[in-house]
Amino acid sequence: MSEFMLLFRQPSFETGQMSPAEFAAIASRWQAWVGGIEAEGKLVSRGTRLATEGKVVRANGLITDGPFVEIKERLGSFVLVRANSLDEATALAHGCPAIAAGGSVEVRPLLV
Amino acid sequence: MEDAQESLRQVFQQEFTRLVAVISRRFGLQHIELAEDIVGETFLLAAETWGVRGLPANPTAWLYTVAKQKAIYQFRRRKLLNDKVIPELVAQRTQDDEWDDLSFSTKTIRDSQLQMLFAICTPLIADEAQIGLALRILCGFGIDEIAEAFLTNRETINKRLFRAKEKLRAAGITMNLPTDHELVSRLDTVLRVIYLLFNEGYYSSTQNRSLQKDVCLEAMRLGVMLTDYEQTDSPKTNALLALMCFHASRFEARHGGAPHGGAPHGGFEGVLLLYEQQNDALWDRALIRQGFVYLERAMQGNDLSTYHLEARIASWHCVKDDTPEKWTAILDLYNQLLLLNKSPSAALNRVYALYKVAGQAAALAAAKQLRMDSNHLYFTLLGELYRETDTAQAAACFQRAYALAKTQTDRQTIQQKLDELR
Repeated sequence: MSEFMLLFRQPSFETGQMSPAEFAAIASRWQAWVGGIEAEGKLVSRGTRLATEGKVVRANGLITDGPFVEIKERLGSFVLVRANSLDEATALAHGCPAIAAGGSVEVRPLLV
Repeated sequence: MEDAQESLRQVFQQEFTRLVAVISRRFGLQHIELAEDIVGETFLLAAETWGVRGLPANPTAWLYTVAKQKAIYQFRRRKLLNDKVIPELVAQRTQDDEWDDLSFSTKTIRDSQLQMLFAICTPLIADEAQIGLALRILCGFGIDEIAEAFLTNRETINKRLFRAKEKLRAAGITMNLPTDHELVSRLDTVLRVIYLLFNEGYYSSTQNRSLQKDVCLEAMRLGVMLTDYEQTDSPKTNALLALMCFHASRFEARHGGAPHGGAPHGGFEGVLLLYEQQNDALWDRALIRQGFVYLERAMQGNDLSTYHLEARIASWHCVKDDTPEKWTAILDLYNQLLLLNKSPSAALNRVYALYKVAGQAAALAAAKQLRMDSNHLYFTLLGELYRETDTAQAAACFQRAYALAKTQTDRQTIQQKLDELR
């Protein structure tokens, strides 16, 4: 068994027009997805939340507000899972609500 | 699980209106879209975080903290832009630096919401756009839900909201309460918009009943909010609340039996077509009692508004038994109402009350004087009055009503009456 990090990336879309029901549905989808991984005994950590705002520091010392200023998909947060292989960990990423929202999930093995 | 999702929806809906009001007051009403975006981003982060990690101990406090961070962040970004792009705005900096005072205290929320209510209910925006904006900003409904309530699409609603916000900006509407001498007339507009909102829910063409009910409840919540302030807790406000309570008490019963018949404001069909089929066991007694409490408070003072009269009529309709006393009182109230406001529905309802008090011949004579030749409700009423004495005339009237009816539900109701004649 190895551990993997699933990182979510999501585009910032027009949240100002969404309805309370949609937000509640999104919460439920995240809950169902993480709950599914947990039910299989494969959840290691629910991660730490990242705020959407921050700064980006570049080589020339330039500091910008970011990261969403230049990147369409903002990095959201992550969870840690336990799986036998990269393929198995990748399979867990299916159904992640970030994908349904037009984003992606990056699956990265943790090196010990 | 479904219950958890529903209670989360309620949290988002309630907090949307609060957060948007507070942030808009701080940013200025012209930046209302920015406030909506900040709140939307906060909710999206909440949805993800709470979904993955579970609900925090105090979800509203969580939302206030995150929304405040986002508001300050957005503000600093804009300020940076302004300072670079529009140097003359730098002078505002001292004032702008005080952003950390953004507070979501109970008092700030209450004041901001009341100010937002008055800002949106300006006489300057067209009714339809105003109701849309009120549903969004004051009640927290999503665009899709508003589109459903109006039986139209997202794009139409978005355009309406956009135009309404443009008008707010163009007119320089700010979030300040009107001065004392303006307040009375401005309160009239606020009450009218609340009543329109309520009717939008009560008589909406959508078949989504939980949505209809939510719209009605939100309208009532805004009315209750007005009673929290001495200046706006007027007899008229209480009369409107009484009226809404009495109507809302029959909400379940109205949907219990016959199909919903798209009645106009004033409830002619509500009385004539659906009322008698209602199952009074479904009436909400608590709301009726609450209605009488508001009615009592409305009677303090000499004010007599259409809301007072309509509330008292509605209170009589909460008495199921058909007594002569009841219909005499209703007839009298309609007579008074017509003196204040000559609306077609009040005139038609008066004729029906007259029928109950003085019989078919008197009502028919009064109805013939109305000559509302392009009103389907008028011919429906005539058809009802002829029903017992002249089946052919009744059928002819119902057929004219059918031809004049504008909605499918109205046509269905009239067709049902035609079928019953045979």
